[in-house]
Amino acid sequence: MIEARNIYKSFGDLQVLKGISLAVKKGEVVAIIGPSGSGKSTLLRCLIYLEVIDRGSIIIEGQPIAYEDENGKTRYVPDKQIRQICKKIGMVFQNFNLFPHKTVLENIIEAPIVVNKVPKQEAVDMAEALLRRVGLIDKRNSYPSQLSGGQKQRVAIARALAMKPDIMLFDEPTSALDPELTGEVLKVMRDLAEDRMTMLVVTHEMGFAREVADRVIFMDGGEIIEEGLPREIFCNPRSERTRSFLKQVL
Amino acid sequence: MQELLLEVIKPTLEVIKPMLEYVSRIIVPMLQGTVVTLELFFITTVFSIPLGVLLALARISRYTILRDVVGAYIWLLRGTPLLLQVFFVYYGLPNFGITLENFPAACIAFVLNYAAYFAEIFRAGIQSIDKGQYEGAKVLGFTYWQTMWRIILPQTVRRVLPPVSNEEITLVKDTALVYAIGLGELLRATKIAVSRDAVTSPFVVAAVFYLVMTYVLTKVFDKLEQRYSIYE
Ligand SMILES: Nc1ncnc2c1ncn2[C@@H]1O[C@H](COP(=O)(O)OP(=O)(O)OP(=O)(O)O)[C@@H](O)[C@H]1O
Ligand SMILES: [Mg+2]
Repeated sequence: MIEARNIYKSFGDLQVLKGISLAVKKGEVVAIIGPSGSGKSTLLRCLIYLEVIDRGSIIIEGQPIAYEDENGKTRYVPDKQIRQICKKIGMVFQNFNLFPHKTVLENIIEAPIVVNKVPKQEAVDMAEALLRRVGLIDKRNSYPSQLSGGQKQRVAIARALAMKPDIMLFDEPTSALDPELTGEVLKVMRDLAEDRMTMLVVTHEMGFAREVADRVIFMDGGEIIEEGLPREIFCNPRSERTRSFLKQVL
Repeated sequence: MQELLLEVIKPTLEVIKPMLEYVSRIIVPMLQGTVVTLELFFITTVFSIPLGVLLALARISRYTILRDVVGAYIWLLRGTPLLLQVFFVYYGLPNFGITLENFPAACIAFVLNYAAYFAEIFRAGIQSIDKGQYEGAKVLGFTYWQTMWRIILPQTVRRVLPPVSNEEITLVKDTALVYAIGLGELLRATKIAVSRDAVTSPFVVAAVFYLVMTYVLTKVFDKLEQRYSIYE
């Protein structure tokens, strides 16, 4: 579904990703955990072309967006093609990034109408179905500023789903929320996982990683230190770094 | 009591009456001058705002040359007096084979000048929008232009209303400058009356006219701000 091979990324002198390789299969839920600054967000952002990688390759549903040419130099395919390929990936941000000047419903129908040329009525019907699914149909005409953080994040998830993505990326979707609001967002994500949505989730919610993920990746210092089944990582970590991280967060 | 009141009112009326009669005589030419003032105001507004948007977009474009050319344009137009620009278009352009009547000459100078100011206001407004808005739009598959027109610029409108309102008020008063190339706008109509009749009351009337115009503008922008803040 989504595959990254040996990707490197620096910001100036700061090397943030040091040869990350990862593959997410269809229907799989993968959680990425790790300390702050370890490069988790950067990794997700590279996968969806919000950051440009220095080296390596990225392949989405069999189509490369970045590849190494015969000289080993990383090249990107043309922007238009990347847009086409990345339409199949939805992304949910830590701070929602809803469009404040549009109502909840307008936030959701905007991209299907503008990008996918879906007829307006069809887009509205789909948006309403999604709003029912995330439990916010009564907020359809509210503006984002009138919602709680948890509600905003559920709208953001609905907005991403409206593009009918094959893969959803989540970057700490609950860490900007008050603790009592994380549950409602996690529930929506659990439902998605049950529907066999392919998901790559950066999270600080160890409970979610343990119970929902098929596989957990532990990152530190721009590298993947360890990956495996949740119970292997949480109950029986091989690496000392994983162990000390888990001791801090659990 | 009544008599006392009458004694005050009567002389006051006697002073005011000829003044009112005088004002009613000059009001028609002054209203005609106001029409010219308003024409220049509306033409400048209607053309300089869209031009300002285009210049602002050019100013943040990824093409260095475009950014620099527009930067130089803005510097030139903001760095020299508007009156000088009006003179240049009216008196200077004929040397290049372009001769214009005073009204179109004034319009051109005003539009070019105000577009430069609006461009800087809009650029600042666009750049004040959170980077997350671009990212949110990008991951949904929007192109750069779709993002600009549908997501960024609509949010910019709300933010630039206060500075734009400021510029518009300045514009009302700047129109008086075209008096200098013989356009019969409000101030010129006023000055003619003052010189002819050797009185100063037309100045007061003109001040009231300008105040009414700027008052209406302020109210219009208040309404616009209200309308655009529903989502905040
Ligand atoms: N645009 C940028 N410019 C410069 N440095 C950056 C940029 N984005 C991230 N970094 C740096 O890269 C490193 C990794 O950041 P990243 O956001 O990927 O970490 P993270 O694992 O997501 O951390 P957190 O759990 O706090 O979100 C950090 O040291 C950060 O300061
Ligand atoms: Mg992060």
